[in-house]
Amino acid sequence: MIRKLFDIIANNAVPAVFIIISAFAIPLSGYSASYLIQELLTRIGRNSFLILSLLIPIMAGMGLNFGMVLGAMAGQIGLLLVCDWGVVGIPGMVLACLIGTPIAIVLGLFCGGVLNRAKGREMVTSYILGFFINGVYQMVVLYFMGWIIPITNPAMLLSRGYGVRNAISLLGIRGVLDNLIPAVISGTTATQQFLSVNGNGAFIVCQLPFFEGYIRIPLATLIVIALFCLFIIWFRKTKLGQDMRAIGQSQAVADSAGIPVNRTRIIAIVISTVLACYGQIIYLQNMGTLNTYNSHDQTGMFSIAALLIGGASVSHASIANVFVGVILFHLMFIVAPVAGKNLVGDAQIGEYFRVFVSYGIIAISLVLHAWRRNREKEAARRSLRGNKGGN
Amino acid sequence: MISKFIQNAGWPRIIIALFLLGLFIAAPFVGVRVDTSLANTLVRFGMNGVMVLAMIPMVQAGCGLNFGLPLGIIAGLLGATLSIEWNVEILARLVEFGGKYNLSWLNEAFVTNWREPLGFASAIIIAVPIAAVLGWFYGKLLNRVKGDEMMIATYVGFSSVSFMCIAWLLLPYKHPTMVWGYAGKGLRTTISVEGYWLHVLSDALAIDVNEHLRIPTGMLIFFAVMAILVWIFMRSKTGTAMTAVGSNPEFARASGVNVDKMRTISVMLSTVLGAIGIIVYEQSFGFIQLYMGPFYMALPAVASILLGGASVNKASILNVIVGTFLFQGILTMTPSVINSYLQTDMSEVIRLIVSNGMILYALTRKVRAGR
Repeated sequence: MIRKLFDIIANNAVPAVFIIISAFAIPLSGYSASYLIQELLTRIGRNSFLILSLLIPIMAGMGLNFGMVLGAMAGQIGLLLVCDWGVVGIPGMVLACLIGTPIAIVLGLFCGGVLNRAKGREMVTSYILGFFINGVYQMVVLYFMGWIIPITNPAMLLSRGYGVRNAISLLGIRGVLDNLIPAVISGTTATQQFLSVNGNGAFIVCQLPFFEGYIRIPLATLIVIALFCLFIIWFRKTKLGQDMRAIGQSQAVADSAGIPVNRTRIIAIVISTVLACYGQIIYLQNMGTLNTYNSHDQTGMFSIAALLIGGASVSHASIANVFVGVILFHLMFIVAPVAGKNLVGDAQIGEYFRVFVSYGIIAISLVLHAWRRNREKEAARRSLRGNKGGN
Repeated sequence: MISKFIQNAGWPRIIIALFLLGLFIAAPFVGVRVDTSLANTLVRFGMNGVMVLAMIPMVQAGCGLNFGLPLGIIAGLLGATLSIEWNVEILARLVEFGGKYNLSWLNEAFVTNWREPLGFASAIIIAVPIAAVLGWFYGKLLNRVKGDEMMIATYVGFSSVSFMCIAWLLLPYKHPTMVWGYAGKGLRTTISVEGYWLHVLSDALAIDVNEHLRIPTGMLIFFAVMAILVWIFMRSKTGTAMTAVGSNPEFARASGVNVDKMRTISVMLSTVLGAIGIIVYEQSFGFIQLYMGPFYMALPAVASILLGGASVNKASILNVIVGTFLFQGILTMTPSVINSYLQTDMSEVIRLIVSNGMILYALTRKVRAGR
């Protein structure tokens, strides 16, 4: 009974703690509701796809795929090339995806192969693999681009003639997906004002009488994310999805049931990597600038932290976890620096607090998971012994 | 015979050793002095050696590679900053102590003459107990998560570093050379140790072969002493029990070894060595790097010991020496030699690929051996 209670608390402790922190931090920050909702909607559109890409490897029992940065790097290479060729708008995004896909597949195959050699420590291996491929990525972007890989736009290159600059403006595809179907929620008074500022009546306007200000909605991005959620729900029911879940339960049992374990695990990682590639492209079209050497660095850490804050664990994650996680994590993201400033007069502390929480939460989730797994192992052993000796 | 040697050493190690040898041979042709490079390699070897040594106890006790090294480094940083903060007070207390117990040699003049070594020693003396306490908690934590140590160690390291970022801002340090000038509080991101214990080990007994080659004898001796201490410890009763736990925990338990206790001791030892290691590093480097400074410091140390031939569950002093020399050699030689040849700085990329490639190789190797 007590153990059950403990399990329930342990399972939901993380989101609960974050709701409490937010409940204190939101009033301290002094942000208005419409500002917060606007920011949150933007960030849901920006980050959800990336986080969703983590779900499939978890289903296959491979833990948190720290190797998703591989996909992010593939996406960035696609974007760099598209940016150089001057393809803009939705065609540019699609082209970036088309370039990124084969790179992501190759990287995914490599990652899956490596992880199959390191069963039982997939997470730390995929984590180091991220650093390793980061080195290769830097070599390609910093030395090969403009030398072996032609880059015609001199504005993108470093002054020495090869190597891509650190900050690349993605003006051509900035916000193209977010603004594909322009939509806005606004209060009755703000509607006229908004439309007069933003011009034509092409917006889908949803008026709410009690609302103040207005909120732009990245409708197309949200539709893409919704479609992707449907894909995951459908995928779970396919033969392949069922195989993955079986492997996630027990590799040995799955193997004796005739499921090709290694092959299925590689497929899970390939899917995840390709999706992370698309996710990074969606993320960057919202941001509008590409930090060539840093953008992908934090992608993995922030996505994983968000997923865990949403209540997921290393072995179990649902779509609901993704959205709860995005909202709670990014709420803290928006609020913490200002709250820290108002509380102790130093924005830097709020900033550091945020970083600390991101890492701390991953550490705690990993500890809880490993601890629970070891306890279960112990309990299983005890039940085999017939529970006689009491110990 | 040769094939056996290759098998023992492993291909990646041989390739990297040949690469390093090639760099040393190529150096004179591109205008890089070999003796300067050798001096730099020796200095960096001494700087990093103890931190690499910190890997041994945990690897031997089966706790995996210590990606949580930043925790030990933080203890070292605390010791270093406190030794500067309390420098005057500590020296005054020593004189007082000498007077009280009639130790005639422990007087003003002695303390003034030996100010720097005493400051360095005080940094280590403050750091070691902090590291031991942190290591004890860290060890207890790792005992609960057997099988997942490395991933959790990584994140314990990261979260402790980011926690200390807040602490460095808030802790009541007062020393004017360490806090931000305009606010009068909050430690600076880099603090110079000049005037306290800059180069106390590096310059001690240093041998100047010529103007380009200066052997930091003191630092190398310090490393040798630490290495011998670890070597003796690993052969003591406790050390043997620790190795047994690492090789086969079930067997060790059946022989009456307290598995969890041995693991905790190994983690404490590893953390303490990490703390001493960073202080040695700082006295040579000249600066204490706070905030995000220690963040990625575990990776070079991990890569070094693996490069030296250690695996995830077996490591020796020889691995440390060979590995640190190879790794630091490559770090010193690639910027100078490759840059003068290609006119670009590829060292960062090469460092990333070599160090992480080495870790990947080690992580994927054990499974193949066990098959």
